[in-house]
Amino acid sequence: MNSVSTDICIIGAGPVGLFAVFEAGLLKLRCHVVDALPQVGGQLSEIYPKKPIYDIPGFPEVLAGDLVQNLMRQIEPFHPTFTLGERVEGYEKLEDGSFRVTTIDGTEILCKAIAIAGGLGSFEPRKPAIDSLADFEGGKGVYYMVRDPETFRDQRLVIAGGGDSALDWTIFLADVAKEVTLVHRGTTFRGAADSAEKVKNLHEAGKVKLVLSSNVTHVHGNGQLHGVTITANDGTAAQVEADSFIPLFGLTPKLGPIGEWGLELEDDAVKVNTVDYSTSEPGIFAIGDINTYPGKLKLILCGFHEAALMCQGAFKYINPDKKYVLKYTTVNGVPTL
Amino acid sequence: MTDEVRVYVEEAPGQRREVVAPTDMGLSLMEIMKADGYDIQATCGGMALCGTCHVEVLAGPELPEPSDDELAMLESLPVMTQGSRLSCQIRITPRLDGLVVRLMPQDA
Repeated sequence: MNSVSTDICIIGAGPVGLFAVFEAGLLKLRCHVVDALPQVGGQLSEIYPKKPIYDIPGFPEVLAGDLVQNLMRQIEPFHPTFTLGERVEGYEKLEDGSFRVTTIDGTEILCKAIAIAGGLGSFEPRKPAIDSLADFEGGKGVYYMVRDPETFRDQRLVIAGGGDSALDWTIFLADVAKEVTLVHRGTTFRGAADSAEKVKNLHEAGKVKLVLSSNVTHVHGNGQLHGVTITANDGTAAQVEADSFIPLFGLTPKLGPIGEWGLELEDDAVKVNTVDYSTSEPGIFAIGDINTYPGKLKLILCGFHEAALMCQGAFKYINPDKKYVLKYTTVNGVPTL
Repeated sequence: MTDEVRVYVEEAPGQRREVVAPTDMGLSLMEIMKADGYDIQATCGGMALCGTCHVEVLAGPELPEPSDDELAMLESLPVMTQGSRLSCQIRITPRLDGLVVRLMPQDA
């Protein structure tokens, strides 16, 4: 089991979570950042890295991806540590008021305060409406992402979807699996033209089966997936043998386990006190899109403000007997940890 | 020319709720439904990049054709019907008066 010890465990590596590292660093607090996505940046990296943002002070225009890069540069002096690609599952409050946070993959973060900066929640795979699909999750033949291509070596695969992920993995796994069938509801692919062309070429070369104007409508097996039913748009159906089925329909945000933590919620968001963005549980704070309070605006710049005040609150929680004196970076520069 | 239109959100078969929308504020259908309290994530903020504002157009005036970006997003979703649209890409204009839509489920 991985174990990390830090001052603040920040859940969420989006812009607000990253800026919280900077504000914490000014107070000489160390941070460990956890995110379910394999890269930092949250929505900015996952959904719109090439889109310009216009309401960041001092930046008339900045690409979302560039803002993330700048934030990473800004927090470098504070040497934050990261656990990426792991969703936080639960926490335990210890006798001294500190916390043990655990991830789905067993990583343990011992920390003195928790800052939830989870945005709209963790990004989860978008699942097609197929009965019994869940029966084959967890290594029994249905996978929503490809973590290790070797899992599928010499298998008969059915991939569903029409976006870039479906195209890219079809191309990659054509050389790994025994047989790859790509099922797409439409007749054309609107993903990258180059990838669509490669899939077409692989199909013509007999390395990939392409089933267009169709959907996977049923999954079959007995404890382990044995096959799927592919139904064409005209209603005709055929059963296909398959060892694994990989539906790739993108990601959608879900509040996830944090919704079960017992924190006071309102409309699927965590209620906070705007004095310091503390939640109903002392020592746990929530900033950015995941929180709610009267007048809440879901803007990155508002999240930055919340991060600054949250760190003051976390400092007081961690150091109840220490007096804090505000220092301006223009006077003192950026301290290091 | 009217400065507001009425669109209808079908919450259950035969059960429609009227939403009044101004036509002079450059809003999208996603924005007016969100403002009216509908639970729409609109994760990408209206850039046709996330598909979380997916609606099905059930009746009403003819809409402008979807852009390539909108079609690309719709085609990547698990469910798409003849009337599928991204509500963030539908601008509120006077010609939308009487439009009937339903929110498409986000979960399987």
